[in-house]
Amino acid sequence: MFQLYLPIAEVSVNAILLLGIGGIVGFLSGMFGVGGGFLITPFLLFIGVPPGVAVATGANQVVASSISGVLAQLKRKAVDFRMGAVLLAGGLLGSWSGVRVFSYMSSLGQVDLFVQLSYVLFLGLIGAMMFVESARALLRARRHGGAAPVRRAHIHTWVHGLPFKMKFRASGLYISVLPPLGVGALVGFLAGIMGVGGGFILVPAMIYILGMPTKVVIGTSLFQIIFVTGFTTVVHAVNSQTVDMLLALLLILGGVVGAQFGTIVGVKLKAEQLRILLAALVLAVAIKIAFDLLLRPAELFSVTRLVLP
Amino acid sequence: MIRAALLALWLPTAVLAEGEEIVSGLSQNRVAITANFDGSEILIYGAVKREAPAPAGAPLEVVITVEGPSTPLVIRRKERRAGIWVNTSAITVDAAPSFYAVATTGPVEKILSGTDDLRYKITLPHAIRAVGSASEAEGSEEFITALERIRSTDESYRLLENQVQLVEETLFRTDVVLPANLTEGDYKVRMFITRGGRVIDHMERVIGVRKAGLERTLYVMAHEQPFLYGLISLALAAVAGWAASAGFRLLRR
Repeated sequence: MFQLYLPIAEVSVNAILLLGIGGIVGFLSGMFGVGGGFLITPFLLFIGVPPGVAVATGANQVVASSISGVLAQLKRKAVDFRMGAVLLAGGLLGSWSGVRVFSYMSSLGQVDLFVQLSYVLFLGLIGAMMFVESARALLRARRHGGAAPVRRAHIHTWVHGLPFKMKFRASGLYISVLPPLGVGALVGFLAGIMGVGGGFILVPAMIYILGMPTKVVIGTSLFQIIFVTGFTTVVHAVNSQTVDMLLALLLILGGVVGAQFGTIVGVKLKAEQLRILLAALVLAVAIKIAFDLLLRPAELFSVTRLVLP
Repeated sequence: MIRAALLALWLPTAVLAEGEEIVSGLSQNRVAITANFDGSEILIYGAVKREAPAPAGAPLEVVITVEGPSTPLVIRRKERRAGIWVNTSAITVDAAPSFYAVATTGPVEKILSGTDDLRYKITLPHAIRAVGSASEAEGSEEFITALERIRSTDESYRLLENQVQLVEETLFRTDVVLPANLTEGDYKVRMFITRGGRVIDHMERVIGVRKAGLERTLYVMAHEQPFLYGLISLALAAVAGWAASAGFRLLRR
């Protein structure tokens, strides 16, 4: 019942299950402003979709949920287009070089390990940092009788001493374009290596490095992710024919609905609560992958089908 | 000249001396993979034709194999290095069947001799090693065994002993379930009849497994118009994202 044969993945899966996976990932994506690529790939692998198809089709799904999310944020005027464009410029550059490194690692035959280690390292590091920071903020708020201290519009750091200043009105920032370009490039690089949109890196970077207000961070991050994952989708479709449109369609249907609900819930939560939840999620994925590397696998051998020339 | 004539006379009798031949059928000779494809059951049936009464002695047995298209594979092994499990060694197999089932009327070791098994490459170990076997590297045997184990666990490779029904040493039939995650291509069906472990006659049929309908359209387009296919995927995502957003706005009003 409801079994569906996927033309590119060449497996038969349950359609309801796919809608559910899309829904969960879409919900988180709308809530936190992350694309959800770091969640959807493990999910798809778990139900038996080949890795190449999982990564490429996941990217396609992220495009849809990000568009849905951005449109929802747009109504609240929570998208900083100028900042998004600057981040994207850096992002495309970084992603191009990331893909180069990825193919180099593939040629060495250690790409799985490389991706897993990157996940553990970056997810773990960022998750832990965010968790500590937001836990501290929550405790502080509680000690002061529920009233969080007033956050300054921006905090002066080394970032503000750099040249090429630009006004980002939606974020209320007047800073140099160099840090956003750098952040974009770093995120793009990691995205190219790990095959994800990079929202989970972008969101904390925008908050902690650029000092953007939390309310515009989500919309802006989603805006940038649309283009990075859109680019990735087309590159995969052309290079390896691994985008499964039927699989994407089901994930998207679940995802766009989930993203709308996620946005509604996200608006109701406090910024600190949102951040601590995202941190917990990111940490959980990092720990899961770390365990996979540390524990003795049940089957030491793995079979990979080579693509026919 | 005389010798050739004698040879011609002698040849048919040599075949007839065996006296038993397979006449066979399949319930279908093509399988269409459509969007709601959920595996397929194929009925393989046949009869044994003979000119004389069935010979006394060892009973007639039937062995049927179904083999899916072969693909090249990489088999990797993990080892612990610096505390983590890493792929350390790998071998490449030029071709291994994506599906392999052996159905029999009895225990394989009783009804099929080792020599004929090897000759016709009937049971799984021989069938895997037959096709462009792995680079005979040190320890490659261990990798092939792992391949057998992994594919047997996910039911791509099956041994169905006692699953062929044989009536009066003449009519036989079996059902082979093709799994839902089929690979496209030609599936080779082989039928063997044996007596006392020796193969008396065998025959081969082919089942064509092809994607059909929407599955076919998408697959062909992804491979022949990849750029267009990518753009359509994107457009689909954009429209779906916008539609969901617009739909929810209407709902909340």
